[in-house]
Amino acid sequence: MTTQIQTRPDTAVRANPARDTWNVLTRELKPVVRDPFTLIFSLVQPLVFLGLFAPLLVGSSGAPVGETLQWFVPGVLVMIVLFGTGATGSNLQYEMMTGSHERTLVAPLARSSLLVGRALKEIAPIVVQAIIIVLIAWPFGFTINVPGLVIGLALLAVFGVGLGSLSYTLALKTKDREWLFWGVQQTLIFPLLILSGMLLPLDEGPAWMRAVATVNPVNWVVQAERALFAGDLGAIEVLWGWLAAVVLAAIGLAVGIRAMRRST
Amino acid sequence: MAKESIIQAQGLTKRFTVKGKTVEAVTDLAFEVARGELVAFLGPNGAGKSTSLRMLTTLIPPTSGTARVVGFDILKQPAEVRARIGYVGQLTSGSFSQRARDELLSQGAFYGMSKAAARARADELIESLDLAGFATRSVQQLSGGQKRRLDVALGLMHAPPLLFLDEPSTGLDPQSRANLWQHIIDLRARYGTTVFLTTHYLEEADRYAERVMVMDKGRVIADDTAARLKAELAGDVLTFGFADRTDAAAAVAVVQRLTDREVRLVEGTVVVTASGGDALLPAAVRALDAAGLTVQTATGVPPTLDDVFLALTGRTLREAGEGEEEPDEADDKADASAEASGTAAQVAEATGAKR
Repeated sequence: MTTQIQTRPDTAVRANPARDTWNVLTRELKPVVRDPFTLIFSLVQPLVFLGLFAPLLVGSSGAPVGETLQWFVPGVLVMIVLFGTGATGSNLQYEMMTGSHERTLVAPLARSSLLVGRALKEIAPIVVQAIIIVLIAWPFGFTINVPGLVIGLALLAVFGVGLGSLSYTLALKTKDREWLFWGVQQTLIFPLLILSGMLLPLDEGPAWMRAVATVNPVNWVVQAERALFAGDLGAIEVLWGWLAAVVLAAIGLAVGIRAMRRST
Repeated sequence: MAKESIIQAQGLTKRFTVKGKTVEAVTDLAFEVARGELVAFLGPNGAGKSTSLRMLTTLIPPTSGTARVVGFDILKQPAEVRARIGYVGQLTSGSFSQRARDELLSQGAFYGMSKAAARARADELIESLDLAGFATRSVQQLSGGQKRRLDVALGLMHAPPLLFLDEPSTGLDPQSRANLWQHIIDLRARYGTTVFLTTHYLEEADRYAERVMVMDKGRVIADDTAARLKAELAGDVLTFGFADRTDAAAAVAVVQRLTDREVRLVEGTVVVTASGGDALLPAAVRALDAAGLTVQTATGVPPTLDDVFLALTGRTLREAGEGEEEPDEADDKADASAEASGTAAQVAEATGAKR
């Protein structure tokens, strides 16, 4: 039997990763657009961080404000991505408690689009946050390199897809045990954060810390972002950063799609 | 086969491993559903209804066997199946943070509808499923009945030729339930959709489904129209009352002449369970009158699907549903209660025959 037996003309869709990702992304963004308060608060957070942490850094390092910001702002952006996409699995847990996630699994969507679309939903406000942070840091001596900023944000998006997919996988694996998701997520996120040198430089740290940091992909991404924001587009750190982000995204998607196929 | 089939299941089996123990949730499911049918899986919780539905909708792969759904193999062409079916799961389909209408539009986009087509269709469904006043509210703010109607609307958004509904009315008050059913029936009449649903409400299966597949412990144990299942497996319960016990005892032989089924004396009344009870009742009263036995009371109680389930399994649906999450538990119990129960004797043959 084929589709010819259908009474209606067969207009059934085929999965298309790009279109499906866009549809998942726009669906995820609808509540944000409908209720922009969440977005406004999410914009305030990094500003608070910038306003309260940067002065301490300036105070302890003794370096000029502009120089400190040049070092600190890229790290803050990576941190927002780390927390934002790292938590994306939590939203999924809500959707799994209802039938909403199941509904998307029955829909003819490319499985990858469910991961990528959701991760990009976390990235979209981050792009806005990044631009605001950069503009605010600007009068304090932060220099903006536009191509570096654009490439840097693209790098963050790829990195975010990887992290988001892993967070999504974690949510699938810890289904019905919300506390476990947060337990694992928090246990992983802080070492990744500290060992990336995004808040405090690792140069002064003990040798073992620096050794561990060299295998931390977040550290590579932070270094790439610093080079890009400084306008050093051809730096070897940029290459390593992209490599780390792409590998992470590939692993995240592979693991995530596998987990999704096995979850139900 | 006169009608083309929209579902063909062959040897569909699902085993789960729960805490190191293998549980067979669905065993060797084989059936066909013709285009346009309204079919219900009826059975207690844990009977394997949802698991079957989840295999047919590509949510879980079968351990063995397969099925063709809307012309495509669920294992080899799951994407083709997904594009052509609608599915309303047991839980709320809309995300709590989303507005009802937004979810409908997103659903349209997921199924490849153009923006204009999705808008037109969403408004049509909002109208026909009585969601007009709540379409711009978030799903969280909707009542149980409204949420469920939205779920159905989401399942129908892309006008699928086949709609699966997993326990569509569970948790709804009787009025919302009747209301939801009216919607399902109207929509089916309008779009000719094939509807395949699961339910553990026997009145619901009895009243609305054209064909009932009774499921228990992972197997389909009966498959027919509700009317025929009741006539063949259960029958009307006729009870005759008399002034004294001697009359009643004499009446047994008189009534027995009119039917093949066993006529019993129960606490001074004459009881027989038989199909065609509406005709047997007046005939019996006339025969008893002619024999000089005055019938003081006569009642005929038509069977329910619960009687059918009892006849087939020796348990009522409610008994079967209690504390039986895993399908391998109640074997011994069921046999014991089958012997204790009055209807069970005739029924054992029927069960045997069906299997």
